[in-house]
Amino acid sequence: MDHVSIISLASIFAAGLTMAIGSIAPALGEARAVAQALSAIAQQPDESATITRTLFVGLAMIESTAIYCFVVTMILIFANPFWNAVAPIAAG
Amino acid sequence: MTISPDQIVWHWGAVWLNATIVYTWVVMALLSVGAWLITRRLSSDTNLSTWQNLLEVVVTGICDQIQDISHQEPQRYLPFIGTLFIFIATANLMNILPGYIAPTGSLSTTTALAICVFVAVPLFGIGLGGTAAYLRKYIKPTPLMLPFNIIGELSRTVALAVRLYGNIMSGTVIVAILLTLAPYVFPVLMQMLGLLTGMIQAYIFAVLATVYIASATTVHGGDLSSGTNETSQHGHP
Repeated sequence: MDHVSIISLASIFAAGLTMAIGSIAPALGEARAVAQALSAIAQQPDESATITRTLFVGLAMIESTAIYCFVVTMILIFANPFWNAVAPIAAG
Repeated sequence: MTISPDQIVWHWGAVWLNATIVYTWVVMALLSVGAWLITRRLSSDTNLSTWQNLLEVVVTGICDQIQDISHQEPQRYLPFIGTLFIFIATANLMNILPGYIAPTGSLSTTTALAICVFVAVPLFGIGLGGTAAYLRKYIKPTPLMLPFNIIGELSRTVALAVRLYGNIMSGTVIVAILLTLAPYVFPVLMQMLGLLTGMIQAYIFAVLATVYIASATTVHGGDLSSGTNETSQHGHP
Protein backbone atom coordinates (compact mmCIF):
# COMPACT_ATOMS: atom_id res chain seq x y z
CA MET A 1 0.00 0.00 0.00
CA ASP A 2 1.42 3.38 -0.87
CA HIS A 3 1.41 6.47 1.31
CA VAL A 4 -1.63 8.04 -0.30
CA SER A 5 -3.82 5.01 0.35
CA ILE A 6 -2.66 4.67 3.93
CA ILE A 7 -3.34 8.33 4.67
CA SER A 8 -6.79 8.29 3.14
CA LEU A 9 -7.68 4.98 4.80
CA ALA A 10 -6.52 6.13 8.21
CA SER A 11 -8.27 9.49 7.89
CA ILE A 12 -11.62 8.00 6.91
CA PHE A 13 -11.44 5.31 9.55
CA ALA A 14 -10.41 7.73 12.29
CA ALA A 15 -13.12 10.22 11.32
CA GLY A 16 -15.84 7.63 11.61
CA LEU A 17 -14.54 6.13 14.84
CA THR A 18 -14.00 9.55 16.44
CA MET A 19 -17.59 10.61 15.94
CA ALA A 20 -19.06 7.23 16.81
CA ILE A 21 -17.18 6.61 20.03
CA GLY A 22 -16.93 10.28 20.99
CA SER A 23 -20.67 10.76 21.13
CA ILE A 24 -21.44 7.85 23.48
CA ALA A 25 -20.19 9.34 26.72
CA PRO A 26 -21.62 12.88 26.31
CA ALA A 27 -25.02 11.41 25.51
CA LEU A 28 -24.97 9.25 28.63
CA GLY A 29 -23.75 12.19 30.73
CA GLU A 30 -26.47 14.48 29.42
CA ALA A 31 -29.11 11.82 30.09
CA ARG A 32 -27.99 11.61 33.72
CA ALA A 33 -27.96 15.41 34.04
CA VAL A 34 -31.46 15.79 32.65
CA ALA A 35 -32.77 12.95 34.84
CA GLN A 36 -31.38 14.62 37.96
CA ALA A 37 -32.76 17.98 36.89
CA LEU A 38 -36.21 16.49 36.37
CA SER A 39 -36.25 14.91 39.80
CA ALA A 40 -35.02 18.19 41.31
CA ILE A 41 -37.82 20.10 39.59
CA ALA A 42 -40.30 17.50 40.82
CA GLN A 43 -39.07 18.03 44.36
CA GLN A 44 -38.97 21.85 44.21
CA PRO A 45 -41.19 23.22 41.42
CA ASP A 46 -40.72 26.81 42.60
CA GLU A 47 -37.02 26.74 41.77
CA SER A 48 -37.58 25.37 38.28
CA ALA A 49 -36.20 28.53 36.61
CA THR A 50 -32.86 28.27 38.41
CA ILE A 51 -32.74 24.52 37.91
CA THR A 52 -33.50 24.83 34.20
CA ARG A 53 -30.87 27.50 33.72
CA THR A 54 -28.24 25.48 35.57
CA LEU A 55 -29.27 22.41 33.57
CA PHE A 56 -28.71 24.22 30.29
CA VAL A 57 -25.33 25.50 31.35
CA GLY A 58 -24.31 22.02 32.46
CA LEU A 59 -25.58 20.47 29.23
CA ALA A 60 -23.53 22.94 27.22
CA MET A 61 -20.39 22.00 29.09
CA ILE A 62 -21.06 18.27 28.60
CA GLU A 63 -21.86 18.85 24.94
CA SER A 64 -18.46 20.49 24.47
CA THR A 65 -16.71 17.13 24.45
CA ALA A 66 -18.93 15.86 21.66
CA ILE A 67 -18.34 19.10 19.78
CA TYR A 68 -14.57 18.62 20.06
CA CYS A 69 -14.93 15.15 18.51
CA PHE A 70 -17.11 16.60 15.76
CA VAL A 71 -14.57 19.31 14.99
CA VAL A 72 -11.79 16.70 14.75
CA THR A 73 -13.95 14.62 12.39
CA MET A 74 -14.68 17.62 10.19
CA ILE A 75 -11.01 18.49 10.06
CA LEU A 76 -10.13 14.93 9.09
CA ILE A 77 -12.67 14.89 6.29
CA PHE A 78 -12.53 18.43 4.91
CA ALA A 79 -9.32 20.14 6.00
CA ASN A 80 -6.95 17.23 6.40
CA PRO A 81 -3.36 18.54 6.30
CA PHE A 82 -1.92 15.10 5.59
CA TRP A 83 -4.26 14.57 2.67
CA ASN A 84 -3.58 18.07 1.37
CA ALA A 85 0.11 17.28 1.42
CA VAL A 86 -0.26 14.12 -0.69
CA ALA A 87 -3.22 15.14 -2.85
CA PRO A 88 -0.99 16.38 -5.71
CA ILE A 89 0.65 12.94 -5.72
CA ALA A 90 -2.76 11.29 -5.79
CA ALA A 91 -3.88 13.44 -8.66
CA GLY A 92 -0.84 12.34 -10.61
CA MET B 1 -16.88 22.43 0.42
CA THR B 2 -15.75 25.14 2.78
CA ILE B 3 -16.14 24.60 6.48
CA SER B 4 -15.40 28.18 7.36
CA PRO B 5 -16.54 31.55 6.04
CA ASP B 6 -12.91 32.65 6.38
CA GLN B 7 -12.21 30.86 3.13
CA ILE B 8 -14.69 32.85 1.04
CA VAL B 9 -12.68 35.85 -0.10
CA TRP B 10 -13.42 38.87 -2.22
CA HIS B 11 -10.88 41.42 -3.29
CA TRP B 12 -10.92 44.74 -5.05
CA GLY B 13 -7.39 45.81 -5.83
CA ALA B 14 -5.54 46.06 -2.55
CA VAL B 15 -8.57 45.45 -0.31
CA TRP B 16 -9.16 41.83 0.68
CA LEU B 17 -12.33 40.92 2.54
CA ASN B 18 -13.61 37.56 3.62
CA ALA B 19 -17.15 36.47 4.32
CA THR B 20 -16.65 36.55 8.09
CA ILE B 21 -15.81 40.26 8.11
CA VAL B 22 -18.54 41.23 5.67
CA TYR B 23 -21.29 39.42 7.51
CA THR B 24 -20.03 40.69 10.87
CA TRP B 25 -20.43 44.19 9.44
CA VAL B 26 -23.94 43.27 8.31
CA VAL B 27 -24.89 42.17 11.83
CA MET B 28 -23.24 45.25 13.36
CA ALA B 29 -25.07 47.55 10.96
CA LEU B 30 -28.38 45.85 11.62
CA LEU B 31 -28.01 46.08 15.40
CA SER B 32 -26.69 49.66 15.44
CA VAL B 33 -29.19 51.10 12.99
CA GLY B 34 -32.07 49.17 14.57
CA ALA B 35 -31.18 50.32 18.07
CA TRP B 36 -30.76 53.94 16.95
CA LEU B 37 -34.10 53.90 15.13
CA ILE B 38 -35.94 52.45 18.10
CA THR B 39 -34.39 54.63 20.80
CA ARG B 40 -34.78 57.93 18.97
CA ARG B 41 -38.15 58.58 20.63
CA LEU B 42 -38.35 56.84 23.95
CA SER B 43 -41.46 57.27 26.08
CA SER B 44 -41.54 56.59 29.79
CA ASP B 45 -45.31 56.28 30.19
CA THR B 46 -47.41 53.24 29.38
CA ASN B 47 -47.89 54.21 25.74
CA LEU B 48 -44.92 52.46 24.12
CA SER B 49 -44.14 51.53 20.59
CA THR B 50 -43.90 47.82 19.95
CA TRP B 51 -40.19 47.95 19.22
CA GLN B 52 -39.40 49.83 22.41
CA ASN B 53 -41.40 47.23 24.28
CA LEU B 54 -39.32 44.51 22.63
CA LEU B 55 -36.06 46.19 23.58
CA GLU B 56 -37.26 46.67 27.17
CA VAL B 57 -38.20 42.98 27.41
CA VAL B 58 -34.77 41.96 26.16
CA VAL B 59 -32.81 44.36 28.37
CA THR B 60 -34.77 43.67 31.56
CA GLY B 61 -34.56 39.93 30.85
CA ILE B 62 -30.77 40.13 30.58
CA CYS B 63 -30.60 42.30 33.74
CA ASP B 64 -32.65 39.76 35.69
CA GLN B 65 -30.50 36.87 34.53
CA ILE B 66 -27.28 38.71 35.46
CA GLN B 67 -28.76 39.57 38.84
CA ASP B 68 -29.76 35.96 39.44
CA ILE B 69 -26.38 34.54 38.54
CA SER B 70 -24.00 37.07 40.03
CA HIS B 71 -26.03 38.37 43.01
CA GLN B 72 -24.65 41.83 42.27
CA GLU B 73 -26.09 44.92 40.64
CA PRO B 74 -26.45 44.05 36.95
CA GLN B 75 -25.90 47.51 35.46
CA ARG B 76 -22.13 47.11 35.74
CA TYR B 77 -22.04 44.05 33.50
CA LEU B 78 -25.03 44.77 31.28
CA PRO B 79 -23.16 46.42 28.38
CA PHE B 80 -20.66 43.58 28.01
CA ILE B 81 -22.92 40.59 28.65
CA GLY B 82 -25.84 42.13 26.80
CA THR B 83 -23.71 42.84 23.75
CA LEU B 84 -22.37 39.28 23.77
CA PHE B 85 -25.84 37.80 23.92
CA ILE B 86 -27.49 40.10 21.37
CA PHE B 87 -24.64 39.90 18.87
CA ILE B 88 -24.37 36.11 18.97
CA ALA B 89 -28.16 35.65 18.96
CA THR B 90 -28.64 37.94 15.97
CA ALA B 91 -25.73 36.44 14.08
CA ASN B 92 -27.16 32.94 14.60
CA LEU B 93 -30.81 33.80 13.95
CA MET B 94 -30.06 35.45 10.63
CA ASN B 95 -28.80 32.09 9.41
CA ILE B 96 -32.17 31.38 7.83
CA LEU B 97 -31.77 34.30 5.43
CA PRO B 98 -30.62 32.97 2.05
CA GLY B 99 -27.11 33.92 1.10
CA TYR B 100 -26.15 34.77 4.66
CA ILE B 101 -23.26 32.97 6.37
CA ALA B 102 -23.09 33.26 10.13
CA PRO B 103 -19.85 34.93 11.28
CA THR B 104 -19.99 32.80 14.42
CA GLY B 105 -19.45 29.80 12.18
CA SER B 106 -15.86 30.91 11.87
CA LEU B 107 -13.28 30.08 14.52
CA SER B 108 -11.89 33.62 14.18
CA THR B 109 -15.05 35.30 15.45
CA THR B 110 -15.64 32.88 18.30
CA THR B 111 -12.01 33.06 19.38
CA ALA B 112 -12.25 36.86 19.38
CA LEU B 113 -15.37 36.74 21.55
CA ALA B 114 -13.75 34.23 23.91
CA ILE B 115 -10.65 36.43 24.20
CA CYS B 116 -12.93 39.35 25.05
CA VAL B 117 -14.33 37.31 27.95
CA PHE B 118 -10.82 36.20 28.95
CA VAL B 119 -9.69 39.83 29.18
CA ALA B 120 -12.91 41.07 30.79
CA VAL B 121 -12.70 38.67 33.76
CA PRO B 122 -9.48 40.13 35.24
CA LEU B 123 -10.57 43.64 34.23
CA PHE B 124 -13.77 43.38 36.26
CA GLY B 125 -12.04 41.50 39.08
CA ILE B 126 -9.20 43.99 39.47
CA GLY B 127 -11.43 46.98 38.86
CA LEU B 128 -13.78 45.96 41.63
CA GLY B 129 -11.57 44.51 44.32
CA GLY B 130 -8.01 45.47 43.53
CA THR B 131 -5.12 43.52 42.13
CA ALA B 132 -4.08 41.77 45.35
CA ALA B 133 -7.50 40.35 46.08
CA TYR B 134 -7.90 39.17 42.51
CA LEU B 135 -4.48 37.51 42.39
CA ARG B 136 -5.13 35.88 45.74
CA LYS B 137 -7.92 33.91 44.10
CA TYR B 138 -5.45 31.91 42.07
CA ILE B 139 -3.94 30.39 45.20
CA LYS B 140 -7.33 30.09 46.84
CA PRO B 141 -7.78 26.51 48.08
CA THR B 142 -4.02 25.93 48.35
CA PRO B 143 -0.99 27.41 46.50
CA LEU B 144 -0.49 24.01 44.89
CA MET B 145 -3.58 24.76 42.78
CA LEU B 146 -1.93 27.73 41.06
CA PRO B 147 -0.98 25.93 37.79
CA PHE B 148 -4.36 24.23 37.64
CA ASN B 149 -6.23 27.49 38.10
CA ILE B 150 -4.21 29.09 35.30
CA ILE B 151 -4.72 26.11 33.01
CA GLY B 152 -8.39 26.16 33.92
CA GLU B 153 -8.69 29.78 32.84
CA LEU B 154 -7.06 29.08 29.50
CA SER B 155 -9.00 25.88 28.83
CA ARG B 156 -12.38 27.44 29.57
CA THR B 157 -11.59 30.23 27.11
CA VAL B 158 -10.75 27.64 24.44
CA ALA B 159 -13.89 25.72 25.34
CA LEU B 160 -16.04 28.85 24.91
CA ALA B 161 -14.62 29.46 21.46
CA VAL B 162 -14.80 25.87 20.21
CA ARG B 163 -18.27 25.25 21.67
CA LEU B 164 -19.84 28.15 19.82
CA TYR B 165 -17.87 27.49 16.63
CA GLY B 166 -18.66 23.77 16.65
CA ASN B 167 -22.36 24.23 17.20
CA ILE B 168 -22.88 26.83 14.48
CA MET B 169 -20.51 25.25 11.97
CA SER B 170 -22.11 21.86 12.41
CA GLY B 171 -25.52 23.35 11.73
CA THR B 172 -24.46 24.85 8.42
CA VAL B 173 -22.46 21.78 7.35
CA ILE B 174 -25.36 19.40 8.13
CA VAL B 175 -27.73 21.52 6.04
CA ALA B 176 -25.25 21.63 3.18
CA ILE B 177 -24.77 17.86 3.25
CA LEU B 178 -28.51 17.17 3.47
CA LEU B 179 -29.15 19.49 0.53
CA THR B 180 -27.13 17.12 -1.62
CA LEU B 181 -28.72 13.98 -0.19
CA ALA B 182 -32.40 14.62 0.59
CA PRO B 183 -33.23 18.10 -0.65
CA TYR B 184 -36.84 18.74 0.24
CA VAL B 185 -37.82 18.21 3.88
CA PHE B 186 -34.79 17.37 5.98
CA PRO B 187 -32.74 20.54 5.34
CA VAL B 188 -35.70 22.58 6.59
CA LEU B 189 -35.90 20.51 9.78
CA MET B 190 -32.17 20.91 10.34
CA GLN B 191 -32.48 24.67 9.77
CA MET B 192 -35.12 24.78 12.50
CA LEU B 193 -32.82 22.86 14.83
CA GLY B 194 -30.08 25.27 13.85
CA LEU B 195 -32.23 28.20 14.98
CA LEU B 196 -32.85 26.54 18.34
CA THR B 197 -29.20 25.67 18.96
CA GLY B 198 -28.16 29.15 17.83
CA MET B 199 -30.31 30.78 20.51
CA ILE B 200 -29.26 28.25 23.15
CA GLN B 201 -25.57 28.76 22.35
CA ALA B 202 -25.95 32.55 22.54
CA TYR B 203 -27.58 32.15 25.96
CA ILE B 204 -24.92 29.67 27.11
CA PHE B 205 -22.09 31.99 26.01
CA ALA B 206 -23.55 34.95 27.88
CA VAL B 207 -24.37 32.90 30.99
CA LEU B 208 -20.89 31.36 31.12
CA ALA B 209 -19.31 34.80 30.71
CA THR B 210 -21.47 36.03 33.60
CA VAL B 211 -20.51 33.04 35.75
CA TYR B 212 -16.79 33.56 35.09
CA ILE B 213 -17.00 37.29 35.84
CA ALA B 214 -19.09 36.67 38.96
CA SER B 215 -16.61 34.12 40.25
CA ALA B 216 -13.82 36.67 39.82
CA THR B 217 -15.68 39.47 41.58
CA THR B 218 -16.88 37.66 44.67
CA VAL B 219 -15.00 36.29 47.62
CA HIS B 220 -16.29 33.58 49.88
CA GLY B 221 -18.54 35.36 52.33
CA GLY B 222 -19.29 38.60 50.49
CA ASP B 223 -18.47 40.26 47.17
CA LEU B 224 -15.42 42.41 46.50
CA SER B 225 -17.51 45.51 45.84
CA SER B 226 -18.80 45.62 49.40
CA GLY B 227 -15.31 45.99 50.86
CA THR B 228 -16.31 44.54 54.24
CA ASN B 229 -15.48 41.27 55.86
CA GLU B 230 -18.96 40.17 56.83
CA THR B 231 -20.07 36.66 55.96
CA SER B 232 -23.17 37.21 53.91
CA GLN B 233 -25.80 34.62 53.26
CA HIS B 234 -24.75 33.36 49.87
CA GLY B 235 -27.71 31.52 48.50
CA HIS B 236 -31.25 31.86 47.33
CA PRO B 237 -33.62 33.98 49.41
